[in-house]
Amino acid sequence: MSSELESLYQQIILDHAKRRVGQGSVDPSSGAGSELAAGCSTGESHQLNPICGDEVTLRVWLADSRIERVAWEGAGCAISMASASVLTELVSGSTRDDMMEQLDCFRELMRSRGTVVPDEEVLGDAAAFAGVSRFPARVKCAMLAWVALEEAVLAANS
Amino acid sequence: MPILSAPSHPLANDEVARIRNDFPLLANELNGRPLIYLDSGATSQNPVSVMEAEQEYYEQRNAAVHRGAHTLAVEATDAYENARSLVASFVGASPEEIIFTSNATEALNLVAYSLSNASSGRGGEAARPYALGPGDSIVVTEMEHHANLIPWQELAARTGASLRYIPVDDDGALRLEEAAAVIDGSTKLLAFTHVSNVLGTINPVAELVALARKVGALTVLDACQSVPHLPIDVTELDVDFMAFSGHKMLGPTGIGALYGRSKHLRAMPPFLTGGSMITTVTMERAEYLPPPSRFEAGTQRISQAVALGSAVNYLAETGMARIEEWERLLGERLVAGLEAVEGIRVLGPRSGQPRIGLASFDVDGVHAHDVGQYLASRGIAVRVGHHCAQPLHRRLGLTASTRASTYLYNTTDEVDAFLTAVTEVRSFFGASAIGGSV
Ligand SMILES: Cc1ncc(COP(=O)(O)O)c(C=O)c1O
Repeated sequence: MSSELESLYQQIILDHAKRRVGQGSVDPSSGAGSELAAGCSTGESHQLNPICGDEVTLRVWLADSRIERVAWEGAGCAISMASASVLTELVSGSTRDDMMEQLDCFRELMRSRGTVVPDEEVLGDAAAFAGVSRFPARVKCAMLAWVALEEAVLAANS
Repeated sequence: MPILSAPSHPLANDEVARIRNDFPLLANELNGRPLIYLDSGATSQNPVSVMEAEQEYYEQRNAAVHRGAHTLAVEATDAYENARSLVASFVGASPEEIIFTSNATEALNLVAYSLSNASSGRGGEAARPYALGPGDSIVVTEMEHHANLIPWQELAARTGASLRYIPVDDDGALRLEEAAAVIDGSTKLLAFTHVSNVLGTINPVAELVALARKVGALTVLDACQSVPHLPIDVTELDVDFMAFSGHKMLGPTGIGALYGRSKHLRAMPPFLTGGSMITTVTMERAEYLPPPSRFEAGTQRISQAVALGSAVNYLAETGMARIEEWERLLGERLVAGLEAVEGIRVLGPRSGQPRIGLASFDVDGVHAHDVGQYLASRGIAVRVGHHCAQPLHRRLGLTASTRASTYLYNTTDEVDAFLTAVTEVRSFFGASAIGGSV
């Protein structure tokens, strides 16, 4: 098996592509109830990669600048689905500022064409996507959910 | 210029091995493996003779055509017009019925915009029968490439005509019984693909043309996937217009052609306007040259046309009937092989039914992008995505598929190596174990 291919499809990625943490209804009321305070603000974003048709609709719930919950619906390749899943696990409970740092760090990694060593402190499991940066055609797949997250947070704050 | 005659014995792997020597790119590696190029449906590779023709043109003859009296200009003009004759006889047309364009997309847009201009009154009395308006309809099919769909959507929007389509069934075949109802007295134009770039299906041109003819509608054939792979005689097909692209038939990028029946081209107004397509120009107005010049405004794609002429010679020397038969074998091997792999759904005709050397498929639980990435790691180049046919994919319940497409230079060993790699895909992504979605 080619090691190039394995650097792209790390086991963590293949696992998350199947587990899909956070996949579920993005209905604004779907998170209402016990643990979500009535004071939550929420925002949604839909992202489409017109080249391959990958799609993600992602919703965040924020309380006191903290990400209380992320939910998403989508269809696409293993990279885009795993990225949404890893992101959900990573940013849930983070402050808005921490999330922005994670996003910047991930974006820099994706743009690096394999030249940046991922900061596992900041990125956690998302560091497994480092190999994607050497496949420019797939960077958009990995970024899709992150772009949706950024927009959803903006929408929640506006 | 006579087309050279081809041998009559069938193509076989040993001859294909010699053919491959003419295509330098095929000797390359992909990800450290010998390249297996199964993406000729997107674009084909070029033989050395085609690249040399383009280089020879630049080294010996480069000049503006139809402009200037010096010897070079004459030679360039001859080379360009000779290329037109070669392409014309390759598809059974007369030279004045062949218009060079940059690709098939532009060729289809040329027809749409010429009709659009006729609809806004350009082209005078002669062009009036080509006008469309409210109450008229344009008919396409549900399996069209976007290049043979969007220009008609736009033409309909500009003229007020309606756009209708002939639906496909679950296997992707045109529902001809519906075609007879969709094409009616309001239909001014029927545009359809000869061979589907997703399904590999060969559509029944004669039946569709007969339906259009009965109501007096113009016919436009998208021959992008047929002219490169099948012997084509446009007079036999009896369509009014036919578009194809050079880069899919061993030629360079940047050149394509539109065939148009003479009586239509002579009556239709131009699409692009400017130099090289006029007779008399005043500050107020211009008179236009007869076709094909009327439709070739500005400095043309001369070196590309010359190279396309060379490509056509290469194909004719090899023999289109032999290429068709070889690719029929490869296509059947592809489909039969894919159908035998668990978890694979082949789109389009089943094994044993006519198709060109092209097969698109869905792998249960693995997205097409991931399939393509896996195959690339094995040195195999295929196409993934919607192949510019979103409505067709939607109809088949998919957003994307993986497509393998052959040409005269592919061997049965390559098809077999591809099939072996495909059998490995689901276990790599863990899809066979859970049998569900990844
Ligand atoms: C059936 C069909 N029609 C139209 C086109 C458009 O060709 P081009 O992009 O060369 O204009 C293609 C190629 O992609 C095709 O396969």
